[in-house]
Amino acid sequence: MNRRLLFLLPLATLALMAGFFAWSLLAGRDPASIGSVLVGRPAPRLEVKALRDDEPPLTDALLRTGKPTIVNFFASWCTPCLAEHPLFTRLATRDGAVIVGVAWKNKPPEARAWLKRLGDPYKFAGADLDGRTGLDWGLSGVPETYLVDGQGIVRRHFRGPITERDVNETILPFLKGAK
Amino acid sequence: MRTVAVLLATLLLAWPALAVEPSEMLQDPSLESRARDIGRSLRCVVCQNQSIDDSNAEVARDMRRAVRERLTAGDDDQKVFAYMVARYGDYVLLKPPFKAGTWALWLGGPLVLIVAGGLLLMAARRRKPIPPPVPLSDEEQRRLDALLKP
Amino acid sequence: MIPELGHFALILALAVALVQGILPLLGASRGDIRLMDLGRTAALTQALLVFVAFGALTQAYVTSDFSVVNVVANSHSAKPLLYKISGVWGNHEGSMLLWALILALFGAAVAVFGAGLPDTLRARVLAIQALIGVGFLAFLLFTSNPFERVSPAPLDGNGLNPLLQDPGLAFHPPLLYLGYVGFSVTYAFAIAALLEGRVDAAWARWVRPWTLAAWCFLTLGIALGSWWAYYILGWGGFWFWDPVENASLMPWLAGTALLHSAIVVEKRDSLKSWTVLLAILAFSLSLLGTFLVRSGVLTSVHAFAQDPARGMFILAFLLLVTGGGLALYAWRAPRLTPGGMFQPVSREGALILNNLLLCTLAATVLLGTLYPLFLDLLTGNKVSVGPPFFNATFVPICAPLFAALCVGPYLGWKRAEIWPALLKLRVAFIAAVVAAIVAATAIDGRATLAALAFGFGVWLIVGSLGEFAQRLARTGYRMPPRAALGMTIAHAAMGVVVLGAVGTGAWNSELMQTMKPGDRAQFHGFDVKLERMESLQGPNYIAERATLAVSVGGKSYTVLQPERRLFAVQRRQVAETAIHTNLLRDLYATLGEGEAANGWVIRLYYNPLAPWIWLGAALCALGGFVSLSDRRLRVGAPQGGKRARTRPIAHPAE
Repeated sequence: MNRRLLFLLPLATLALMAGFFAWSLLAGRDPASIGSVLVGRPAPRLEVKALRDDEPPLTDALLRTGKPTIVNFFASWCTPCLAEHPLFTRLATRDGAVIVGVAWKNKPPEARAWLKRLGDPYKFAGADLDGRTGLDWGLSGVPETYLVDGQGIVRRHFRGPITERDVNETILPFLKGAK
Repeated sequence: MRTVAVLLATLLLAWPALAVEPSEMLQDPSLESRARDIGRSLRCVVCQNQSIDDSNAEVARDMRRAVRERLTAGDDDQKVFAYMVARYGDYVLLKPPFKAGTWALWLGGPLVLIVAGGLLLMAARRRKPIPPPVPLSDEEQRRLDALLKP
Repeated sequence: MIPELGHFALILALAVALVQGILPLLGASRGDIRLMDLGRTAALTQALLVFVAFGALTQAYVTSDFSVVNVVANSHSAKPLLYKISGVWGNHEGSMLLWALILALFGAAVAVFGAGLPDTLRARVLAIQALIGVGFLAFLLFTSNPFERVSPAPLDGNGLNPLLQDPGLAFHPPLLYLGYVGFSVTYAFAIAALLEGRVDAAWARWVRPWTLAAWCFLTLGIALGSWWAYYILGWGGFWFWDPVENASLMPWLAGTALLHSAIVVEKRDSLKSWTVLLAILAFSLSLLGTFLVRSGVLTSVHAFAQDPARGMFILAFLLLVTGGGLALYAWRAPRLTPGGMFQPVSREGALILNNLLLCTLAATVLLGTLYPLFLDLLTGNKVSVGPPFFNATFVPICAPLFAALCVGPYLGWKRAEIWPALLKLRVAFIAAVVAAIVAATAIDGRATLAALAFGFGVWLIVGSLGEFAQRLARTGYRMPPRAALGMTIAHAAMGVVVLGAVGTGAWNSELMQTMKPGDRAQFHGFDVKLERMESLQGPNYIAERATLAVSVGGKSYTVLQPERRLFAVQRRQVAETAIHTNLLRDLYATLGEGEAANGWVIRLYYNPLAPWIWLGAALCALGGFVSLSDRRLRVGAPQGGKRARTRPIAHPAE
């Protein structure tokens, strides 16, 4: 009897592995996703120069106002940023969201021209020219978006452009719930 | 969504990776050599199985610079790794840490060896030893010699 | 018209494969010789049809027929002819077609060379081969049709990934697939044996040549891939523990184990059920690799365009083939009678140790490759399992494997003494210790583990050659059988690979410098001068080329011309490295970014013994082929060719 079980072992191992594979495929797991360790933790330091002329630099205080805030890293050279830009414009104008934009590795005149052309949804805009702030935020590229609650805790993190679905299912409930 | 992410990756990723640039290198050769060793153990987070040392993605460049800044500031290697893990999680370590979630990973191979080896040894001990061959008798030896004689 | 012909041939091939997969099986169980013989005709027909389909796709590529979607997506009219042809398998659909072609060709080979096989065994083997073929052909036709048309046809195509436009990579996939698919034959033999309920020495003799052939091709394929990575990725590494590399390494490890355990079945009628299991596993791991590359379950540098729908299809197929095989194994294998007895210290015992260690290695690679997936699904935690992990877990298990490798051939079957064997190895042992000490003292102290590994490399070479010399002396300098010669070559070649890997992995050095034309750099006794920079126009790329004049002691030594190519169609850059080798070391140069004002980044690498990695791998495969040339004489020996031809037309029903 014992011996027979031994002969079943390879089959059992295969079943286990296949289960994981099927789970992965059915759940639509994205193998390229790297997750974020920031979620649930206080937002990292945000100290960058202002993107627009004659504005004070951005500080951590912006993220601890008691109101939920969206932090969006973008760049004028980034094509996916174009795709998500209208969603931020709508979030700012229709839903009154407070959005902090940080231009990552982007020369300020170019970023300003980009915003001028497409519209500027950012209540506060900063410039992270050398990517140091991005590194502190665990950024892997642009665009990336963080939802920070009124106490300055990161609640959600999107790598890559946000979508209509993200807005409806995650961002809007977050803005309402955290208020 | 996936396609956009892939597009993003290709935009950020200029193949082939051209790795560390001369301008990034530290003056102190021993610090630089430590930086290279650390760089080889940190994963470029937008690449596929590349270390930051082997990649020229923007973020890999930033990470290399941060490693060198931490080393220059006097951090030991462990602190530099911790600095990166705080930002990118265990994902950034090409050698996963040994902790609850990875015990099975680290111990799986040796376990296979020990269990399978143990089973084999047990089976071998249970098996009856084969009696050593009885040496030929003088008579047999003589017949054999006769047969083998050309 | 021709693409439709190809498509039609593929559909016919599927129909033929269905016939080949069902009727001979029926025939074998009923003892109907006509149904059984149908398998051979069908196998040849199927191979011909798939060949026609493959030819049709190749024709579409060569003539740049942009009405075919696959050609549009992966080719371009300006591409050189070689890459138009290699472009056929440089994409998902085409490479699957190549799989199906090689599978059908192996089936045809069994039909042709298997004349001496017992009728039922041959019929069953061909049927199983065909059933695997059904899976691949259906996969092609239903999810990945390479002949799909597009209308209107675009004026030009998107071109092939520039990284693939390389002679090394043109032949890497076909060799690799010859290996993967070759294991389908051993799989088919294993399933047929389980169906017949009989595994004996004759079975092992039939299986071994196929295993050897598959293993040799896989060895070459992996080596070529590694060589390609070495000279194209531009930083001198040769193995990256990437999931796709691992996917090819696992069947290689299982195949190597199978190669050795089949000897025990052949000579001693022992380890039967284990060998059958390995035969199933070697092919299953090949399929697993295909699944991993194409399903989107893991990311990899090498992965094809990933598609979950295809992933489900391959997963289902993988389950059917592997699961079916293993279920049959669980059911029938316990009935296989255990064979000859042996003591733990014996040739059999040594081969079991070999199998134990090789399988542990395969399990380690499997676990490391899939663990990020498991952990993510179970806990949501992301981890990376990279080279440092494998260096820490895989390499230590190689040590006992290599240590035992030289001892095994000295041990007799059934029972042996360990001390006499070790005594005969004293020369190798002394050589290894001396080599390790020299390596440790001559090269900086950081690399003591490397010195140890270096010692192991010397141990493998001297030990294997020493055993051969002693064998020669014992037999009065008569040439031993080819199989023994092949073993010695392959074993010593492992040592060569180890030396190469240690040399370049642990003792390489590099110099990185920003240079302008006229600048000089000193590196390892070489005086390297950047002579000039120039722009070049290639067939489908523009390039920037550096000319580096290398001199030693004032005398000109060689000229290195690394390039950076920009492929206009894909807007991708590829570095073309320049390598000067004297077979003891590579002097390796790459050109980085730069412009006239500030100079260009030039990287120079000195990679000691690097060529030995691929030289050793090629030698290893050569050992396999030498051994194969011996076996060839014995394929089907128990029922020699002549008797097979004169056998009665119909056998009485059993």
